[in-house]
Amino acid sequence: MKDDDARKPEATSRVSRRDFMKLSAVTAAIPLVLGPKVVEAAGEEVEVHGPGKVPVTLNVNGKKLSAELEPRVTLLDALRGNFDLTGAKRVCDRGACGACTVLLDGKPVYACSVLAIDAQGGKITTIEALAEGGKLSPVMAAFVEHDAQQCGFCTPGFVVATTHFLQQHPTPSADDIRRGLNGNYCRCGTYNGIRAVALARAGGKQS
Amino acid sequence: MSQYSWPDPATRPLLGKNISRVDGPSKSSGRAKYTYDYNPQGLLAGKILRCPYAHAKIKSIDTSAAEKMPGVKAVDEGTAEDALRLIKVEYEVLPHFVSDAEPPKTVAADTGPISSDDFQDMEENQVPDEEVIAAIQKRGISFKPSDKDYESMKGMGVEPPVIEALRKAKFVAAEGKPKSPYKKTAVQTQGTPDKAIAAAAAVSEGVYGLPCIVHSCMETHGSASEWPGDKEVVIHISTQNVCGIAAQMAEPTGVPAGNINVLQQNVGGGFGSKFSVDRWDVNTAKLSQKAGGKPVKNMLDRKAEFEVAGMRPSAYARVKVAADKDGKITAWESHAWGTGGVGGGGTPPLPYIFEIPNQRKQNTAISTNQGSARAWRAPNHPQAAVITMCAIDDLAAKMKMDPLELVLRNLDIAGPRKDTYREEFAIADELMGWKKRWHPRGDKSPGNIKQGLGLSMHTWGGRGHASNCDFSIHPDGSVEIKLGTQDLGTGCLTIITIVAADTLGIPMEHVKVLYGNNRYPQSGGSGGSTTSGGVTSSTRRAAVDARDTLFEKVAPSLKAKPEELEAVGGKVQVKGDTSRSLSWKEACAKIGAVPLTVRGQNPDKNKPPDLTNSGVGGVQMADVSVDVETGIVRVHKMVAVQDCGLVADVKTAESQVYGALIMGISYALYEEKILDPVTGIVLNPNFEFYRLAGLSDIGELKVHMMTGKAYDERGVIGLAEPPVVSPGASISNAVANAIGVRVPFLPLTPDRVLAALEEAGGSHA
Repeated sequence: MKDDDARKPEATSRVSRRDFMKLSAVTAAIPLVLGPKVVEAAGEEVEVHGPGKVPVTLNVNGKKLSAELEPRVTLLDALRGNFDLTGAKRVCDRGACGACTVLLDGKPVYACSVLAIDAQGGKITTIEALAEGGKLSPVMAAFVEHDAQQCGFCTPGFVVATTHFLQQHPTPSADDIRRGLNGNYCRCGTYNGIRAVALARAGGKQS
Repeated sequence: MSQYSWPDPATRPLLGKNISRVDGPSKSSGRAKYTYDYNPQGLLAGKILRCPYAHAKIKSIDTSAAEKMPGVKAVDEGTAEDALRLIKVEYEVLPHFVSDAEPPKTVAADTGPISSDDFQDMEENQVPDEEVIAAIQKRGISFKPSDKDYESMKGMGVEPPVIEALRKAKFVAAEGKPKSPYKKTAVQTQGTPDKAIAAAAAVSEGVYGLPCIVHSCMETHGSASEWPGDKEVVIHISTQNVCGIAAQMAEPTGVPAGNINVLQQNVGGGFGSKFSVDRWDVNTAKLSQKAGGKPVKNMLDRKAEFEVAGMRPSAYARVKVAADKDGKITAWESHAWGTGGVGGGGTPPLPYIFEIPNQRKQNTAISTNQGSARAWRAPNHPQAAVITMCAIDDLAAKMKMDPLELVLRNLDIAGPRKDTYREEFAIADELMGWKKRWHPRGDKSPGNIKQGLGLSMHTWGGRGHASNCDFSIHPDGSVEIKLGTQDLGTGCLTIITIVAADTLGIPMEHVKVLYGNNRYPQSGGSGGSTTSGGVTSSTRRAAVDARDTLFEKVAPSLKAKPEELEAVGGKVQVKGDTSRSLSWKEACAKIGAVPLTVRGQNPDKNKPPDLTNSGVGGVQMADVSVDVETGIVRVHKMVAVQDCGLVADVKTAESQVYGALIMGISYALYEEKILDPVTGIVLNPNFEFYRLAGLSDIGELKVHMMTGKAYDERGVIGLAEPPVVSPGASISNAVANAIGVRVPFLPLTPDRVLAALEEAGGSHA
């Protein structure tokens, strides 16, 4: 459906962010426009970036990382493609699976659903920073101990989500875990181990 | 005991223990690299524009606009970087799409003349003679039997009146009709099913089935290729078959297989869908060639993954199953159908496990215009288990029997693993509290939440595949094993490391496994649960040979014969005289300047015994609740009792079973690839509308691995397929037990549950 919209941009009256990102792909040939233009939309003045590449600076894992990116580039693509931080994975590419989970200002977000340009000014923490000095974090070590990983593709997203969850719920109940760790998908079926990680950290017993 | 035999449990420091996977730290820290993460300098992005129609002819492709786009380096038959929309493609949409709804009772062939195949089908299915004669007289025959043919018909028991009818039949030339999308397969009759059904104390009839589902690998299919030389390709590919890729790439790329280097460190799931080189991998390699050999990466997007990268075939069946008054199953009749895409469908082995004496069965494979099926964990078995175990469960209900009791009474016809099943059912009963908690069909307790129990059982082969390794002990005491295998997350690397360290009596940290490269000794693809048996067998043989060679080098300095030495606890020492010993490091220093390297093989007739085997048994039980007002099913608890011969590592083995239970809950309750019945377009090609089970959906899971002498002695057998077979049937049976009626098809979605209740008169709420 959205692909159809993208094919006929002139027929689209309401453009969602995702459609906009796709439209940008079509019009990538338009000359670069640097710096935002200000236009009036819905009675407000808004900045318009792009569609060409614009300078973007991100605060990732305590470092300032800069790149020239089209505004349509997601945080996930910037991390993976421009900064070679490949721990966060693209799986569903539409905010359903959580494999791309990173922390933005301490909160878990799906990096596939945040534009890099919008993440500027925020503090971004990826899985790579959670293993300080190459040493496994306690949550990572618990993932190993409870074998909460098989193919491992969803694991970094789960580790980030679990790390944040356990900060919020140091002694989670089984219900907390069901609700709090339900935002990520795994296909190999490692939920039993992940549940054990959360319960063990709580000093609880698996039920 | 041969020197190569698996060691006795008393002398196994690591084998069969509870050990964390060796690649766990790299995965949990996000350092593990996948094909999708391959990100070299100058990497180009490949994109594929695929036909949006299920059934269409491409009339022309115009790539000129794409070629003119800034940044586009190469176009290959409609493939371009960042420019999909600018490639102009004209399609002609072709008219029909066939769904996998029940095939028509009479297909086209029934009106035309009878072919020799039709006639043979009729005979094999014991179609009554009068019907056969009437058909011959009405339709004519399209074949001309010789006198010799008639003789052999007589020999096979064709009655004289039928032969007479054939002799008198009019010859009608076969019609040149277009090939039907319906193809009968596996037509078979044994015993006397009609008589047995007529004589039975109870006959249960039902229809059962499960739809096409998608592998849904977290990492989609795809690869990155580059050309370091004119006739040289390096391909990073997401695969279950590192050593099988080069041979498939050679012809389409025109590069000798020996010049194709296949690499992969980790793979984000395969489940049977990643054995081959795909069209898009060839496109990617060609794009790289056209772009001057620069690396080009192209991973499928999720929508394409749903459409073209494989699925599990659907299977449906109308079943009759009969038993005598003692609950012995006497007869089976099934007409099954299903689709696996353009190539037809699978043929589930029906009836599953039970060797029912009187059977008639046929299967219709339906060709549909959708992406082809690929092996999906335990091909055909989950389908066979649903159709068989649900039918047997309905039979038990009809006889007002506990299905566990019915199954136990029929274990004598449950094939070679019948004793294993008996042992496992006793354990499962204990873990689930089956006998204490089971109630007859229909939870009579008040309220809208109904609880129920269900069971199923399964088998699989799992013999170790052909696998070789180079096993080196270095003079510094480190050990390196090279083999062209892959670890799908099953624990393959872990059990190789365990076997090596266990045999040499050293810590696992000393052992490094190098894998994921087709330049290493050849090792088979990881499918059909064949990897564990293959890689452990070759590793064991190599480790024993390397150890014994080391003993020869060390023996003089310990003033002993090589055969008097043992390697235990990080030492090489004289058996029974620990005063004469060297540390592992000291011992390895005797190797000399170059490492000691031996080749391990599986199979290897010169180095008996066989260290792997075929055939495992497993049983599962499910405890569910169903809200009869909303139709929502919750799994409260699953119990899996599983055999896999000698368990090499308990922790990763249990993870396989937990994972299979979860994948099973997912396909039992949620998963279905939904096609538009008119156009064949996939309507839910994403994880919003193709639902997978999440952490909140799984309930309590109990896994029990069978261990002990009888299991150890069979050697290492693979475990990836068997435990995923039974969840669909056991959960469906538990739902029937809870609500009192059968929900015939998976997934057991609220609409299906409510429809089944309504059909039954809604009296169960």
